[in-house]
Amino acid sequence: MKIRNYWNLRDFGANLWENAGRPVRVAIVLGSILLVGLLPFMGGSILATPIAAFDAVLVYPVGMFVLMSLGLNIVVGKSGMLDLGYVAFFAIGAYTMAYLGTTTNLNTWEIMPIGIALAMIAGVLLGIPTLRLRGDYLAIVTLGFGEIVRLILLNSTWSKGPNGIANIPMPPDLGPLKFELKNQRVFFWVVMAMILLTIWMIRRLTVRRPGRAWEAIRQDEDAAELMGIHTLKYKIWSFTLGAAVGGAAGVLFASKNLYIAPEMFTLNVSILILACVVFGGIGNIWGVVIGAAILGYLPDRIRFISDARLLAFGLVLVVVMNFRPDGLLPRKKREKAIVKREANA
Amino acid sequence: MRLEIKDLHVHYGKIEAIKGVSVVVNEGEIVTLIGANGAGKTTMLKTISGLRPVTSGQIIFDGKDISKVPAHERVDLGISQAPEGRGIFPGMTVLENLEMGKFHRKNRKAEMQEDLEKVYHLFPRLKERVSQAGGTLSGGEQQMLAIGRALMTRPKVLLLDEPSMGLAPQMIANIFRIITEINKTGVTILLVEQNAQQALQRAHRAYILETGNIVKEAKASDLLNDPAVREAYLGTGAHQ
Repeated sequence: MKIRNYWNLRDFGANLWENAGRPVRVAIVLGSILLVGLLPFMGGSILATPIAAFDAVLVYPVGMFVLMSLGLNIVVGKSGMLDLGYVAFFAIGAYTMAYLGTTTNLNTWEIMPIGIALAMIAGVLLGIPTLRLRGDYLAIVTLGFGEIVRLILLNSTWSKGPNGIANIPMPPDLGPLKFELKNQRVFFWVVMAMILLTIWMIRRLTVRRPGRAWEAIRQDEDAAELMGIHTLKYKIWSFTLGAAVGGAAGVLFASKNLYIAPEMFTLNVSILILACVVFGGIGNIWGVVIGAAILGYLPDRIRFISDARLLAFGLVLVVVMNFRPDGLLPRKKREKAIVKREANA
Repeated sequence: MRLEIKDLHVHYGKIEAIKGVSVVVNEGEIVTLIGANGAGKTTMLKTISGLRPVTSGQIIFDGKDISKVPAHERVDLGISQAPEGRGIFPGMTVLENLEMGKFHRKNRKAEMQEDLEKVYHLFPRLKERVSQAGGTLSGGEQQMLAIGRALMTRPKVLLLDEPSMGLAPQMIANIFRIITEINKTGVTILLVEQNAQQALQRAHRAYILETGNIVKEAKASDLLNDPAVREAYLGTGAHQ
């Protein structure tokens, strides 16, 4: 197949991938993983961020944003539900880590499944009554949920209210890899592994029944129900998976930041993560990854213009969304994949 | 597989859209429900397929009351609806749309090819368009796709919501011819229509729905010649 438009990065990438044999594909994947894995060593290059340490920026916001955006993308991009309270699951993961880490002997890796499980339970509990709602109504309810979680954390004694929880333990060493505050590259590699795991999970699900069901629900929920799809069940699944990723990100965030407080989990975070998804291209994994990476990285890169940096950040958002309303790498238009399928049939 | 609706009431909030309607569809019949805009035709179909909850009354299918069964399980029972306004999946191809119709079937792999052939036989146009996105089809083709997709679920009763809406006259005739053809393969059909002329010509029996009430029930051919019906629903023919 000839590549007509080199500016269409998505199709360019897809073509490259489809025309490649298995060894080439493995090489591409391993090569990109290696390249990204080496990023923390690039602190001296043009990528360097003034003021904030480059390796720290790579973990938070960049890595965390990518991870959370991928999680939110399952909800917003795959099944088309607008969730404005995604930060709640992040907060639940973070506070699970903070509370259990300071009151018990459990380490980060042991708390991780608990944090994920609690976020998922919260997802199901919120999902069952609210996912019958659609569109704007769902957005309002999830927005409310995000605020409820934050207000509970702000007003509970176990969460130490507005003081937040300090002295959260770092993760134990992974063999020769030591977690350090001064050099956060190991944190970055862990986030990377979580991101890869999430991408793998989404890709698996997308080509299977859940993916088909989500796609149908996103395009026409009534029609999906008429096809015998248990729409509520699949919507709850999508919501819960998104929550799980958010929870996992939260646990790692708390363990890296060592201190968390309710003010870190405001509506702003939800909106920013949603912006990452939309900016990159709703529904397209690679778009979301790139979008989140850029939006996470940019404010720290342009810190030298100090006060004007958020203005510049907003300007970039407006300009890009104006020229690419579907995001940097928009979701694939369906006609493309199909030509191939027909040829195989 | 008799479908019987007994004293059905349906509300949108406080407004009563269906005010005690009783309809019987016998196995193998084409029954049509005609009426003007806002008479409650679409609401009737949505309630039978389960998209709208019942306020009171019964929907009896195959001897069992299914009024509390969720919509996606009614598909398993054999009730399938081709939604109004051609509710197809616009971003999926024709083939993918049709495949969605098999989503709930347990032995979907075994049935797939056979049923696809059946649909292509009824609608050769769809076969030419397999790889085209549903949203880029013409109105008539989308209607064909909606019906074809409903057939993929192997329905016992097919609910059709205004299949003629917005179509060219030639396409309307074509669609109605195919509806009769589907009925001959043993599928019971409940057809909701504003195009009373075509619907009454094709159906065995008919009900006239006015603002949530059944005002008349008769053999379709009788209604076709009924002066009052001609006056109200068949337009120009009335004064000839």
